[in-house]
Amino acid sequence: MALFLNSTNLYAKNNGEQLYTNNCSACHGANGDGGVGVPLALPDFQYGVTNDYLEKTIRLGRPGRVMPAFTELTNAEVKAIVKHIRSWAPGKPFKYSDKKINGNQKHGRQLYIKNCAACHGSKGEGGQGTGVTMSRPRDLPIIAPALNNPGFLASAPDMMIKTVLMNGREGTPMLSYLKQGLSEKDIDDIVSYVRSFENPQQTTKTEEKISPTITYESPFSLEETVASLKRAIIGKNFKIIREQYVNQGLVDKGQEDKNQVIVYFCNFNFLNRALAIDPRVGLFLPCRVTVVEHKGKVIVMSSNPLYMSNLFNNENLHKLCEEMYQVYADIIEESTF
Amino acid sequence: MFGIFLALFTAPSYAEELLMVRTKQNFPEAMLKLQDTIRDHHYSISRVQRIDIGLTKSGYETDKYRIVFFADKKEVSVIANNYPHLIPHIPWKIAIFAEQQDTLLVSADPMQFSDKKHSGADKYLLKWKKDLKKIFNEMRKSN
Repeated sequence: MALFLNSTNLYAKNNGEQLYTNNCSACHGANGDGGVGVPLALPDFQYGVTNDYLEKTIRLGRPGRVMPAFTELTNAEVKAIVKHIRSWAPGKPFKYSDKKINGNQKHGRQLYIKNCAACHGSKGEGGQGTGVTMSRPRDLPIIAPALNNPGFLASAPDMMIKTVLMNGREGTPMLSYLKQGLSEKDIDDIVSYVRSFENPQQTTKTEEKISPTITYESPFSLEETVASLKRAIIGKNFKIIREQYVNQGLVDKGQEDKNQVIVYFCNFNFLNRALAIDPRVGLFLPCRVTVVEHKGKVIVMSSNPLYMSNLFNNENLHKLCEEMYQVYADIIEESTF
Repeated sequence: MFGIFLALFTAPSYAEELLMVRTKQNFPEAMLKLQDTIRDHHYSISRVQRIDIGLTKSGYETDKYRIVFFADKKEVSVIANNYPHLIPHIPWKIAIFAEQQDTLLVSADPMQFSDKKHSGADKYLLKWKKDLKKIFNEMRKSN
């Protein structure tokens, strides 16, 4: 009966290496050497985090910072992954007490702004970028974490944050702030300030149900609608790069369904901005609107960038997707008006 | 009894966000392997789109980035005729790009487009998800 698992994880049940390969290696590298994600095999990282921190991170992820929450993994599977991660750095990791630190938050804020904000952001929002290299020059081995991230704050106890501040993290730009001249009390104050990023008053946003598709019905014929669509695209400073039928390339030439037309378009400035934020977004590029005649109606459709944004768990990308949603909505509305 | 036994091996129907895999193959080899693997799973490749225009302007050192569009032509016809709300999302696609010496592949989970109002489409979405996972599994293993 223990065999009733999904086919992907059938072999992987409690096999930490296989679970890691299936779920983690795409971002963190086959041997924890990083890439999109943190280099988990980095010794100073390993010795500075607890198993509890790793387990919570896997469970909670980092909302808005690419790392997903793996809610579908069982406790045994999460523990197996952590055990595998630990195999890269033999030796005992730190153990932290649950002691809360009660420093001076006001003073902590001053010290934070002076010493931490340059990398971690003035509001703890973290370094920019996803860590994806795409073979471009990468000046940091690790992107500075978002200290205000609810996933991070729920995973990292005060004593862990304090220890990292005191000792630094070798192999990363994170310095020892004791060596930089701060006192232990100063560090306690910074920890208390970082902890203040937690916002227990914040209510959970009710998630509005977003459709994966933007759809408008056109009062015009298919051909008129396609022509109008192209004008609207150009009017929005996009370049039309291709027009084709939906099943073009799948059927013999001349056999395509001419009632289903795709118009692809692009603004290269926008493309560059999107890929710089998260190269995975190329999955939904180039921009595309489809015009279909179906059961006597002409429908104009596109995928909804707001819906797609949720797939990336990248706050910075979301802003761009909001922009793109407006572009699509404007173009489609104009072409059907 | 066999049906129950078989059902126990069915992949879960929850929707993941993105499906991602890393292969140790370099980009040109991974591209070839991907296209072969897609065809081995009885899909046709309708187009390979380049996404390299202006990449160097973004600081990328590589232009090794492609989107591979693929589908089963009969399934496309069924989807287009019966579930037009899915038309903007087909043919399905995989983004493939170099990440230093490795190659990354990304696709969306088709089950993300499952809709209770059109549950008849789920069998196609689930089939595509399973096939994508098999394709990605083969890509991961090929080093």
